[in-house]
Amino acid sequence: MVEITYRDALRDALRDAMAADDRVVVIGEEVGAYGGAYGVTKGLIEEFGPERLIDTPISEPGIVGTAVGAAMTGLRPVAELMYVDFLGLVMDQLANQAAKIRYMFGGQIGVPMVLRTQGGTGRSAGAQHSQSLEAWVMHTPGLRLAMPATAEDAYHLLRQALTLSDPVVFIEHKALYARKETADLTRAPAPWGKAIVRRPGRDATIVTYSRMVHVALEAANRLAALGHDVEVIDLRTLAPLDIETVIASVNRTGRAVALSEGPLTAGVAAELAARISEECFDYLEDPVIRIAGEDIPIPVSPELEAGSVPSVELVVETLTRMLSR
Amino acid sequence: MPINTPLLDFYRTMRRIRSFEEHVADLYVRGGTAGSMLHLSIGEEAAAAGVSAAMKPEDRFTTHHRGHGIFLARGAAPDRMMAEIAGKEVGYCRGKGGSMHIADMALGHLGANAIVGGGIPHVVGAGLSAKRLGTGAVAVAFFGDGAMQQGLLYESMNMAALWELPVVFVCVNNQYGMATRIDHATKVTAFDQRARAFGLAAAMVDGEDVEAVHAAASEIVDGARAGQPGYLAVTCYRFFGHGRMDKSPYRSPEEEAAGRKRDPIAFARARLIERGLSEAAALDAIDTAARAEMAATVDFATAATAPALASMFRDVFAVGEPEPESVRTRIARVLARS
Ligand SMILES: Cc1ncc(C[n+]2csc(CCOP(=O)(O)OP(=O)(O)O)c2C)c(N)n1
Ligand SMILES: [Mg+2]
Repeated sequence: MVEITYRDALRDALRDAMAADDRVVVIGEEVGAYGGAYGVTKGLIEEFGPERLIDTPISEPGIVGTAVGAAMTGLRPVAELMYVDFLGLVMDQLANQAAKIRYMFGGQIGVPMVLRTQGGTGRSAGAQHSQSLEAWVMHTPGLRLAMPATAEDAYHLLRQALTLSDPVVFIEHKALYARKETADLTRAPAPWGKAIVRRPGRDATIVTYSRMVHVALEAANRLAALGHDVEVIDLRTLAPLDIETVIASVNRTGRAVALSEGPLTAGVAAELAARISEECFDYLEDPVIRIAGEDIPIPVSPELEAGSVPSVELVVETLTRMLSR
Repeated sequence: MPINTPLLDFYRTMRRIRSFEEHVADLYVRGGTAGSMLHLSIGEEAAAAGVSAAMKPEDRFTTHHRGHGIFLARGAAPDRMMAEIAGKEVGYCRGKGGSMHIADMALGHLGANAIVGGGIPHVVGAGLSAKRLGTGAVAVAFFGDGAMQQGLLYESMNMAALWELPVVFVCVNNQYGMATRIDHATKVTAFDQRARAFGLAAAMVDGEDVEAVHAAASEIVDGARAGQPGYLAVTCYRFFGHGRMDKSPYRSPEEEAAGRKRDPIAFARARLIERGLSEAAALDAIDTAARAEMAATVDFATAATAPALASMFRDVFAVGEPEPESVRTRIARVLARS
């Protein structure tokens, strides 16, 4: 068991993957000497050198496109986008190129690359540096998508992503980097693509991922004090989506909340609610409720920013309403 | 008695910019600003003052994330700027934008931008509308050396040149993009060559000498107004870290000391005195007045009220359009019905 932060777990995963496989290279802005805008790659250049920690100009489409070409020709690139918001710049290389190459070319070749980035609110970084854009990725056939909530998952999911044959978008949460936990990184990890029940419960199921897992767990604790026993499922990866674990839980509890930080409309919570409604129809006591970010750009003012994404209070309030009838 | 020369005006503008930056940095460190990111333009004042003075009131512009000085030089009210950076309702963008997203259509400021290069193509559009509507206005994009490696810049340069638009691209080359020195970001740092390759008029100028910046900018801006779009790189030095909290461990103290000697304010001051256009006491009085002005903006911003929570739903779409329903309201409505 070790005390480890989410940030350090990510770095350990990169280090171990680079030590195990020469083909792994990291490419992005400030990933080398500076150690990454959020410090994830700090120190790696001393171990692996500038040939494997490749600092780039501010040229995001070029970075991702380079990773695509390198992945097709023998390397295992980890491209880093400093902010998930910059998907706006690289969406062609990601969605029209990386995601489609295997299929368009009749299965001749895959694009085994990882695009690491970070998103979400919590630092008052404004409308262009705070978004939750996972729905863009999840909506694109051909892409894998991991969104770890814990340091242990940050480590294992990144290691696993670096063994896959297809492009993986790996979205970290900026508010989790400093979060510390006691983890056992040597324990066999949950398989790639499997959700985890973070807290068992009988009365309702919250299905979520990334930072919202912690919001859900805190809400579940407060709800327990009110006599409600709520289950919390951490999806860990959104593609693949482990709907079986969700179905089993909701069929047992009869109530489901889909919780996501991203905007409500056509978002991840909407997809989850649709899947649950289809699959668990006969077992549901209530409509599946989506709790998600407001349908607005993220304002810079800290009060407005905090008010624009789901809070523990809103989750407690919603489940209390559902469970007190 | 100081003699009224453009240089004295430049000096005052540059001093006001620096004083603003010093005050906003202090407010940031004390936790009084809204955003977690604050980029100071100290050392780059001559680019702001010199280019701005070459523009006309009707001209339009966009800036990068390090744009406080440019906006001030274009006539911004520093109290409303400070209030915006503090995330207050009376700020230029009602506290929704902050330091990196400040804008004011009344002054032709089409917006600061947190996407490196993001505001550059907007001036091509502003040039297109100026040409089509016959306004005579020039549109100027300000950006950093980091944006010189964004592909979007070259699409923009090409279109501006092809369509002979009244557009100027101004690169504030402070030698660094975050921790990356320009020679680690590109092989060729003679940026004017690139602009010329597209058919733009182009120049590079020393950002320590505000008169030289103004002269070079005037030629380029006047040319753009007459249908020859242009490019100007202002060579300066980023005196401090990328953001306020960055201590720049990636560059040597010697380099920083040498870089900070290239101070456009000290340079203008020495020249004013040397030419007998002003004297130390008069310049000190300008400095004192700037400090008092900017200290008052901090008081103004601190005392101003934060935006109401419900204001987050305003301005997603035009006035009169329905606002998005809040998640809380929707859930209550749905659960009341079922
Ligand atoms: C598209 C994009 N990529 C990366 C960043 C992160 N970033 C913010 S400022 C910056 C450096 C910009 O350097 P430069 O253009 O020279 O402007 P300066 O900060 O020196 O004024 C970087 C990499 C960003 N905001 N947008
Ligand atoms: Mg720069």
